[in-house]
Amino acid sequence: MRLSKGGLIERAKPLTFTFDGHRYQGYAGDTLASALLANGQRVMGRSFKYHRPRGPLTAGPEEPNALVTLGHGPTQEPNLRATTLELFDGLAARSQNRWPSLDFDLLAANDLLAPFLGAGFYYKTFMWPRAFWEKLYEPAIRRAAGLGALSGQANETRYEKAFAHCDLLIIGAGPAGLMAALEAGRAGADVILADEDALMGGRLNSETLSIDDTPAHAWAAHTVAELASMPNVRLMPRTTITGAYDHGTYSAVERVSMHLAAPNDAPREAFWRINAERAILATGALERPIAFANNDRPGIMLASALRSYVNRYAVVPGRAVAIFGNNDDAHRTAADLLDKGVHIAALIDSRPDATCTLPVRFIPGAQVAHATGRKSLEAITIATQSGTDRLQCDVLAVSGGWNPTLHLTSHMGARPRWDAKTAAFLPAPDAIPGLIPAGAVTGRFSTHAALEAGLTAARDALSVLGLKHAQTDLPTAEDAPYAITPLWAVPASGMGKGRAWLDFANDVTVKDVKLASSEGYKSVEHMKRYTTQGMAPDQGKNSNIGALAILADATGRSIPETGTTTYRAPYAPTTLAAMGAGGQGKGFAPERLTTSHAATLKAGAPTVEAGLWHRPSYFPRPGETHWRQSCDREVAMVRSHVGITDVSTLGKIDIKGRDTGAFLDFVYTNMFSTLKPGRVRYGLMLREDGHVLDDGTTACLAPGHYVMTTTTAAAGPVMRHLEFVAQALRPDLDVALTSVTEQWAQFAIAGPRSTDLLNTLLDDAVTDEGFPFMACGPVAIKGTPARLFRISFSGERAYELAVPARYGAALFDLLKARAEAMQGGAYGMEALNVLRIEKGLLTHAELHGRTTAFDLGMQGMMSKKKDFIGKTASERPGLMAPDRERLIGLRPTGAVKQLLAGAHLFDRDAEATRMNDQGYITSACFSPTLGHAIALGFLVRGPDRIGEEIRMVDHLRGVETTCEVVAPQFFDPDGGRARD
Amino acid sequence: MRLTCPLCGARDRREFTYQGEAVALSRPDPDAGPEAWNTYLHLRENPAGWRDELWYHEQGCAAWLVVTRHTTTHEVRKVQLARDVAKAEGTA
Repeated sequence: MRLSKGGLIERAKPLTFTFDGHRYQGYAGDTLASALLANGQRVMGRSFKYHRPRGPLTAGPEEPNALVTLGHGPTQEPNLRATTLELFDGLAARSQNRWPSLDFDLLAANDLLAPFLGAGFYYKTFMWPRAFWEKLYEPAIRRAAGLGALSGQANETRYEKAFAHCDLLIIGAGPAGLMAALEAGRAGADVILADEDALMGGRLNSETLSIDDTPAHAWAAHTVAELASMPNVRLMPRTTITGAYDHGTYSAVERVSMHLAAPNDAPREAFWRINAERAILATGALERPIAFANNDRPGIMLASALRSYVNRYAVVPGRAVAIFGNNDDAHRTAADLLDKGVHIAALIDSRPDATCTLPVRFIPGAQVAHATGRKSLEAITIATQSGTDRLQCDVLAVSGGWNPTLHLTSHMGARPRWDAKTAAFLPAPDAIPGLIPAGAVTGRFSTHAALEAGLTAARDALSVLGLKHAQTDLPTAEDAPYAITPLWAVPASGMGKGRAWLDFANDVTVKDVKLASSEGYKSVEHMKRYTTQGMAPDQGKNSNIGALAILADATGRSIPETGTTTYRAPYAPTTLAAMGAGGQGKGFAPERLTTSHAATLKAGAPTVEAGLWHRPSYFPRPGETHWRQSCDREVAMVRSHVGITDVSTLGKIDIKGRDTGAFLDFVYTNMFSTLKPGRVRYGLMLREDGHVLDDGTTACLAPGHYVMTTTTAAAGPVMRHLEFVAQALRPDLDVALTSVTEQWAQFAIAGPRSTDLLNTLLDDAVTDEGFPFMACGPVAIKGTPARLFRISFSGERAYELAVPARYGAALFDLLKARAEAMQGGAYGMEALNVLRIEKGLLTHAELHGRTTAFDLGMQGMMSKKKDFIGKTASERPGLMAPDRERLIGLRPTGAVKQLLAGAHLFDRDAEATRMNDQGYITSACFSPTLGHAIALGFLVRGPDRIGEEIRMVDHLRGVETTCEVVAPQFFDPDGGRARD
Repeated sequence: MRLTCPLCGARDRREFTYQGEAVALSRPDPDAGPEAWNTYLHLRENPAGWRDELWYHEQGCAAWLVVTRHTTTHEVRKVQLARDVAKAEGTA
């Protein structure tokens, strides 16, 4: 129920929300959990395996029980913690893992089967028949167990990624974090203060403490207001730092609009990468439960959570409260509740020597051994030295001590250290370079200690940053000592039935951990995987230390001997949508489009992806119903008239400098220093290991100025390679490289009438005498300067015409129209491929990284007069061996007239087995020029076997034929059509 | 992870491409023999400790860098332009 006054909620702003369809009212400042508790709804979920009714254990991000689903369809988001979901008007949440309803869940029958469902049950039971696992057992188990579900539909909700840089990142805005921010902010540092809560202040908002004689929450609000007024301080509420990475990089998730009734265009969440010179870890600590029989009954919660509900949200979740602890903190809970006029049934302290001055029934040296009630706590059994006692109560606050929230300090591999005094793990020193832990995360739990540590940490950071301290005064606050006697689980003996829960979220009990130990899973890593402890959405925040302690006890070792689990990022559950923001669709695979792309689509051409580029496959004409019809027509068009195609996707590298000729001699196998201005040469480039890297043409535009073309696929790797050679191997050469692929639109004009077409455009006509094969030079189209290259990838008389990219679209339209007027037109990648296979020209189907110049029949291109990249390695005997697989052409001779790329080659009468493999086909097509299928491939001793009949077998597609080995140049082998 | 490019300053590692140990800088003479070439082409140390490695500032200034990095802590002690390292080796 809601208290009539107090709390940090805004009573003037009532909000309406629904849970499982029921309407409730809460206030601005509530979480879903606090609002439901205020309305008397304490069951908020069903447990993972046994479907036990569960209420909130915590009031924060570590919540294992109160997990709910928001939204429907594509936006459905499961496993949200009711304890951190800010209430907004119209919020509609649903419970999970129950059927037909939260109140009446048929699968709760699993709870009765509990004796059979312990750790390892599935492994032991569903062993055989083996085939049943995938089809029957696993689906059935998955339906019965689990949490919320996704819709399976694509989510169009907007998420964002963002980057931030700062001098000092402060993680957590409790007393230590606020104090650090105040000092660093006043000193002028560029500060980011991030806190996962909407309201900064940490525990100060949940306790009844004083700082400088004002209420602690008011001090927090006042401090936050001052920080907000500083231009050098960025406040990031609702922002969870999820990971710590190298060199001051931190990941964070900000809930940008999750808390808004009308998010409008705001992203739901933003995934941040924050780079900080220094960071302060002020994440505080999380309270831990104590295991006893039925300690999961709704109404049993952590003492700190109860104080949050009472003090911050003005909610008392019951009428009679009992408190059970092993440390002084439990007493604070009693004091706060007394102050609010709440009836306290008893304060039970497991320490025999504990004392209490509060006017409550105090039972030292006792333990809560058992709880009764199913959907709500009804009574507890208290075990004392003298026997047992039953006590009626509907709320039990439990405090097993505090675990420092040190998760981030483990993210770079450091292991926390066990501290016996606080019975807790503490951060390893220098766990993350540049990160200073301060406050409760270091095991110093008083408010004074937190404020002081925050101030000190800020000053340490300021000194490193070279900034003067701001001389902020340390406020006065309580400095109570922390006294604890560890108690992890209440012994089960004699208390009747009931399991003692450790991991609420994954339904793991004390008995499961002991069972794991007795079955040999004595390493904490094995125990964890066998029982699934710590593997639920809360990642063991409530149970890791308890389970470790029980495992230590079961195996007769100390806790530090038993070890700890390694905390990995992310600290809190993070949506993949946030981490992958911007990475869907075109964000995942950006499109590179040529300047002719719009015209290509307008012409109805389907496109094909070449890397990130989209290129036309073919340009269909009316009446053509199959791609082959279009392709065959386009090939014939180029062979008899003229065709145009966009070749802008080829890599273009502008090379300038005094020593460019020497540089090209070093990266190409053949000579380039002899290339005269106005001439183009074909070049072959090797890797240093002697295999072919790429091929292409390089044109000499002027002395010391060249433009190199690469294949589309290798443009990036070639650029990287050339830069490496220029910078790291030949820094003595004067050469500068610039990628100009995007700057020039380039079109091939191919076919017997290409010169005629070109001369309808150029301001000054070209002639064969002035512009022979392999010439290049500047031309102009209506005064626009362009570059012309007389090169051919089709075997026909052909040119490539390049203009600055902004003229590309207009030039393509013009070329296409002129070509169509001459019985030609545009052709696509299919025809381009057929044209080059007919000529035996190569692409990366052949230059696939394992072929040498020798394999390709290009050993003559390897100059003996100079050193070049790959020369020495290419001379290794193995790379020149006659029995290597070498380039050949193939044409079918059998009944089956089809040749397929990827098929393998065998001797005609040999069995088609791997041991008999003689080679493979890399490129195949139907040649409309020759009227039959042709292919390029690699065959053992290939060039020596011209005329031999061999066997092609495609095991994947079940195609087999015989074919004849021929030279790889099928059409116009002497090249006269292109040259003359 | 961040690398400080001598030309561009501290940048996110996503701007860089990694290329292994900086052996590739010391290209043997063509006639240095199979042993030297085998070492150059194929052998790379993989210490748990400091080593010089090549990174390429591909999304930045296109400089090849020699980064002295500790392979277990990722601490970076030094970043140099490969051009400067190669020139210094050439004069040594």
